[in-house]
Amino acid sequence: MDIQLSEFDRALLEGEAGPASQMAMRILHRMLPVFGVDRFMDVSAAHIDSTVYMGVATMEYAERLAELGAKVRVPSTLNVSGVDEHGWEEWEVPAEVARNATRQMRAYEAMGCIPTWTCAPYQTEHAPVFGQQIAAGESNVIGYYNSIIGARTERYPDLLDICAAITGRVPAAGLHLDEGRAGTELLRLRGIPRALQEDDAFYPVLGHLLGRIAPDGIPVLEGLEVQPNKDQLKAVCAGAASSGAVAMFHLVGVTPEAPTTKEAFLGRDPQRITDINMDELRASYQDLSTSDGSKVDMIVLGSPHFSIDEFKALAPLVKGRKCAEGVEFLVTCSRSVRMIAGHVGLLEPIEAFGARITVDTCPLTSPMLPERVKHLMTNSAKYAYYSPGLLGVDVVYGRLSDCVESAVQGRIIREEGPWAV
Amino acid sequence: MGGMNQLERRIAGRIIIEGVAQGEALAATEPLSFWGGYSQTTGEIIDRRHPLSGQIGAGRILVLPFTRGSSTTTAILLESVRKGVAPAALITDRADVFLALASVVADEMYESSFPMIAVSRDDFESIATGDQVRIEEDGTIVVTPEA
Repeated sequence: MDIQLSEFDRALLEGEAGPASQMAMRILHRMLPVFGVDRFMDVSAAHIDSTVYMGVATMEYAERLAELGAKVRVPSTLNVSGVDEHGWEEWEVPAEVARNATRQMRAYEAMGCIPTWTCAPYQTEHAPVFGQQIAAGESNVIGYYNSIIGARTERYPDLLDICAAITGRVPAAGLHLDEGRAGTELLRLRGIPRALQEDDAFYPVLGHLLGRIAPDGIPVLEGLEVQPNKDQLKAVCAGAASSGAVAMFHLVGVTPEAPTTKEAFLGRDPQRITDINMDELRASYQDLSTSDGSKVDMIVLGSPHFSIDEFKALAPLVKGRKCAEGVEFLVTCSRSVRMIAGHVGLLEPIEAFGARITVDTCPLTSPMLPERVKHLMTNSAKYAYYSPGLLGVDVVYGRLSDCVESAVQGRIIREEGPWAV
Repeated sequence: MGGMNQLERRIAGRIIIEGVAQGEALAATEPLSFWGGYSQTTGEIIDRRHPLSGQIGAGRILVLPFTRGSSTTTAILLESVRKGVAPAALITDRADVFLALASVVADEMYESSFPMIAVSRDDFESIATGDQVRIEEDGTIVVTPEA
């Protein structure tokens, strides 16, 4: 394939805009054929997941770019880092990791990025708009931007998102183009009671199932009877992007590019049709737990990062109550959400309950948990999916109220409610 | 050509990242997310839901389909290159941006890349764990089945 470079691309590649732009464009240029296309296109915003500290190499990469004078050409929000830089000493984070992760944070800030430090940037004032061409890393963000907002991004890996931000260019491929956004397979909810669709526990489970059924497709889901709220939608994105590589899905009647099933498929036929009934949903619900025991050492909430509305839901549940002795209760969110939650008095009952708040990161990206924590409970499909492998723990999935009740009782309590057979 | 093994099979691959490599195959048809799936310090497959769980990927010819899940796959693979526990090469059933990028950046940062070759689904499934695999400069994959 002959590569078609613009004058701007060529100038960057030849170093006319400095060595950092040159390095970023050199990497993009080598990756262009891997995307299977022959040209670049402009983006007008980015979300950078390269911020996650995975070891010395990710720090060295950020510092190399920063030392070469890199500056982002488009507004670029930052995903979580590897450390809560003002709170890590309360936890088990090794000092060397904290130091390196902080250095990595400084490097991305030096490139002119917006220090949002969150995996829920769509709940900040920097969210993109419908139809906007952007470059996003972080799988749940990619899913949310494409599916829920209708902004357009491919699945960008860490390390490439920052190259796109520095150059303002991406391969003209996949989800950036109209035809790349068509649904690939149809999933139909069959006989799912409205009470279940209104249950908070439904949305992470639905996401987990979407990823299982269509791991690299664009599933189109028909049959939702309720209009989910933003936090429920983000839970679908995170679930589908963990169990699968779902970068976009359509919920007919809910998401902006799916007013009808036909429009979600851009008039094409689905490659496959799958019916989802209660049995499949129940199996997916069970699949999010790796233990059926009653032990719990820690509750962890906030993947993706907790929103103000989620703090509003949590505060009355814990008000006047106490987390049991020996049970940790952690909520992860962005620094700005913590600040707002604090100013409006939402944190008082939560902290009085015995919960702690960590900002800018989470236990999946910061080695913060004590050794003794072996049994987790969470309301997040993403925490549930990754914790057993990354943290070596058992996990039980339950809704927010189950998590609070379990923390109070010091053992797993799960109200089966509409999930009961 | 001298010394050609009669059991040898040659597969014409499509070069995603150029280079030569040789080693023992470690193969699965189940996708692997490197984040939470590949130890950057030991090269062990640590996704306990994955069929290769417990195997060591370092220095092996890793035969895997497209990656799923987290965007962090690339960073893990880059760290593993820096620590010397990366696979010797990757063979996939289609071009995989996440894996290829790790090789491109490893080359930029550490002048140490690994080849990556895409093959048809049939050829992909024909390579088994334990096979001896050699990747040649033109993308040819030479497979000698485990004795």
